[in-house]
Amino acid sequence: MKELCLYIVLAPLAGAILAGLLGHVIGRAGAHWATIAGVGASFLLSCVAFQRIVLGGEAPLNENLYVWLSTGGVDFHVGFLIDQLTCTMMLVVTFVSWMVHIYTVGYMHDDPGYQRFFSYISLFTFSMLMLVMSNNFMQLFFGWEAVGLVSYLLIGFWFKRDSAIYANLKAFLVNRVGDFGFLLGIAAVLMYCGSLDYAEVFAKAPSLAETTITLIEGHPVSLMTVTCLLLFVGAMGKSAQVPLHVWLPDSMEGPTPISALIHAATMVTAGIFMVARMSPLFELSQTALSAVLVIGSITAFFMGLLGLVQNDIKRVVAYSTLSQLGYMTIALGVSAYSTAIFHLMTHAFFKALLFLAAGSVIMGMHHEQDMRHMGGLRKHMPITWITCLIGSLALIGFPGTAGFFSKDMIIDAVKISTVPGAGIAYAAALTGVFVTALYSFRLVFMVFHGKERMDHHTQEHLHESPAVVTVPLIALAIPSLMIGAVGISPMVFGDYFGSSIVLNHEHAELMERLHEEFHGAGEFTLHGLMQPPFWLAMAGVFTAWFCYLKQPSIPGKVAAALAPVKRVLDSRYGFDAFNEWFFAGGARGTGGLLWRVGDVGLIDGLLVNGSARLVGWWAQVMRGLQSGYLYHYAFAMILGLLALLAVFVHKVLA
Amino acid sequence: MISLAHYLIVGAALFCLSVAGIFINRKNVIVLLMCIELMLLAVNLNFIAFSHFNQDVAGQVFVFFILTVAAAESAIGLAILVVLFRNRSSINVEDIGTMRG
Amino acid sequence: MLQQILFYLFSALVVAAGAMVITIRNPVYAALSLVVAFFASAGLWMMLEAEFLAIALVLVYVGAVMVLFLFVVMMLDINIAVLREGFARYVPIAVVFAVLMMVSITLVVGPKHFGLDQVAAPVAAAADYNNTRALGRALFSQYVIPFEAAAVVLLVAIIAAIALTLRGTRQTKAPKPELQVQVQRNDRLRIIKMEAEKP
Repeated sequence: MKELCLYIVLAPLAGAILAGLLGHVIGRAGAHWATIAGVGASFLLSCVAFQRIVLGGEAPLNENLYVWLSTGGVDFHVGFLIDQLTCTMMLVVTFVSWMVHIYTVGYMHDDPGYQRFFSYISLFTFSMLMLVMSNNFMQLFFGWEAVGLVSYLLIGFWFKRDSAIYANLKAFLVNRVGDFGFLLGIAAVLMYCGSLDYAEVFAKAPSLAETTITLIEGHPVSLMTVTCLLLFVGAMGKSAQVPLHVWLPDSMEGPTPISALIHAATMVTAGIFMVARMSPLFELSQTALSAVLVIGSITAFFMGLLGLVQNDIKRVVAYSTLSQLGYMTIALGVSAYSTAIFHLMTHAFFKALLFLAAGSVIMGMHHEQDMRHMGGLRKHMPITWITCLIGSLALIGFPGTAGFFSKDMIIDAVKISTVPGAGIAYAAALTGVFVTALYSFRLVFMVFHGKERMDHHTQEHLHESPAVVTVPLIALAIPSLMIGAVGISPMVFGDYFGSSIVLNHEHAELMERLHEEFHGAGEFTLHGLMQPPFWLAMAGVFTAWFCYLKQPSIPGKVAAALAPVKRVLDSRYGFDAFNEWFFAGGARGTGGLLWRVGDVGLIDGLLVNGSARLVGWWAQVMRGLQSGYLYHYAFAMILGLLALLAVFVHKVLA
Repeated sequence: MISLAHYLIVGAALFCLSVAGIFINRKNVIVLLMCIELMLLAVNLNFIAFSHFNQDVAGQVFVFFILTVAAAESAIGLAILVVLFRNRSSINVEDIGTMRG
Repeated sequence: MLQQILFYLFSALVVAAGAMVITIRNPVYAALSLVVAFFASAGLWMMLEAEFLAIALVLVYVGAVMVLFLFVVMMLDINIAVLREGFARYVPIAVVFAVLMMVSITLVVGPKHFGLDQVAAPVAAAADYNNTRALGRALFSQYVIPFEAAAVVLLVAIIAAIALTLRGTRQTKAPKPELQVQVQRNDRLRIIKMEAEKP
């Protein structure tokens, strides 16, 4: 089992090294075959691991492979913890990654950085696997930073574009904020638990539940709350929760396969995974859970609204990703960790599918991304249309699709939850459903239906994408449809996750109640047809149809009538402007001030030039004493002698 | 009887005289050199007085070395003086001010 | 009693000769006064049972160093008038300094600390005591390395004095091979271009 895990992790790394360092030797085909084979092997081995741990019921593996360093009584290990949660993540990561690898062969066909691209995405798969398979905080942090690095490299993959460089810098900087919180959280864990191993920390955590620490004099706060909030700050950065979400829309500057793999299906869900993995800690702090819930609600609703006003096809999907991540965070906030992971999984499939479909459209449109120049593509790209429709239905939660089960389960969980803030979260989640449906079908209708608005040249060359593109689409469409019905019963209610997710007594009751109301996937579907989420979704679809197919003049009128709202949405609530003004401007201002006062004034003026001037001045004074006349020097000597004598006399007399 | 203090005071007087000599003969290098010899003589007298009263021959050894070094010093000093006079036709200290800062 | 008379005699002589050295106009007389001061201190040293050093002082200092002084003084044609300028001006300040120093030194080394009651007079040396032998023993056993070093210092001083004053003989003509080998072609030969002229 240990060797198996090692192969799972190392196969993509080997592919990455082969494609990255020997790319020019093995050529373009060599690069994609090497990496596809590596990730494919990884996927198949993950299936074996899944079969043995989850289906076969083997005991979870928790083993240290290697002591990286040992300092001050703390060992930093490289080790694996393979339990049900990890297996699920491994399967999702390797499968989506594999599909994206294959898709990339078609998408990046003409790109000069072909080998580099394959090397990066394979490296990403390695990093992500290290992240999810880790059995300690240190390796988690390694994976966390490594995926951040690859994300940075890939957003700026087309490094000749200014916007791409700006976007990857932005992603990197915003993630630094999150990572700083995360690192502080890990430090808090190390400080109070004395270990970085999950097992030891989780065993020790309950005894620290009542511990308080004093950050500000006179205001003791719960240690667990502080730790969990700090860890969650890390999750906010990686999983793009408000207010650290600003990098994700801009990350769409990267190639579309990357948007699918990293910025939709896997890396951005690392925060969700991390919180679920840390459930034994989060369960100890109600305050932290409430904060998670509120942040998730804000993200889910407000980021969904932004999706309505985007015209760039990828940005619509990006904002929908933000919104869906908000849903997962809501699920975490009400302690429905299994539901969150379930939604994470279904979302990984349908969102990757949507992104790849968008990429297929972009390829067909000759790298045109503006939806206002599309329309009627369904005739030209039938497979893309069907798969995209499936993805959208899954996204809006159409009964029977994967998204329906996971999303409705989240809404149900929030509905009966008693956590402070659950009311707002329920409202946000419900209205979010309407918004989701509206922007999803706005996309579908604008791209695939209606008038063909593209120019003549593009129209002539429209054709369905090649098989390397459509096969992954189909391969992802199948789980987008099926995985929900298959997975909900065992994953959410069964004993699927075993000991990998811990619930406290109160929250366990909530899941019990959910379970009581649940009578199998089929009944859940029928039941869903009568629930508000379904009607809201249908209302969204209808509105989209009415506004964008039936009466295309309506959106313009609405926008004109609600001009201030539109302005706020167009400026993305002013986050970017605020960051630009406050953080960037403030940093520049502080830097300028420090430069003027500290560098020019203190260091250059006072220390460097000042000491030189002092020496010069002193030398000027001393120069006067150097008359060159012997008797002056003799006089000085005699004065010194007299002074020395005076000391002796003083001693003798005293 | 003659005490140690007697000798030391004679030495002190000699020393003070030579200091005063350095002051008043500030221009004449030869007399300056002589004053230094006088100073060394005062120091030597102290050494020998202490050596005698402490019954330790080390003081005399020191005097021996001081004599050696003083002889060497005056030899070199006078040699420099001769060269100086040859080049400048003067031994006036006021004329020797090229090291002025 | 005799001892005290001798002591005060020699002391007076030393101080008087010292005063002469610093005040007298003519450097030749000053040097001669210095000789007197050396003789008187040799007497004092005799009284302190440092016979070897007393003799050495007379032989080395009076016989060699002071002769060298006189030699130099007489060799150089010194304008004494210029050198005596400002003599009177500095006498007061010199006196002030000297008196100040004298008072403070006396406070330190005076009878209060080094009187007979503080430091007893040593017992007289045995009849067969030989100062030269005692000094020799110390010099050649315990202080042999400083002694050798002093010898080197003297040697260096001799060489330095010679090197400083050596002027070289200007009249003789001798080949200088070290310069000859450094001669370049351009130093000796100049090739010029000129119009050809009819013979």
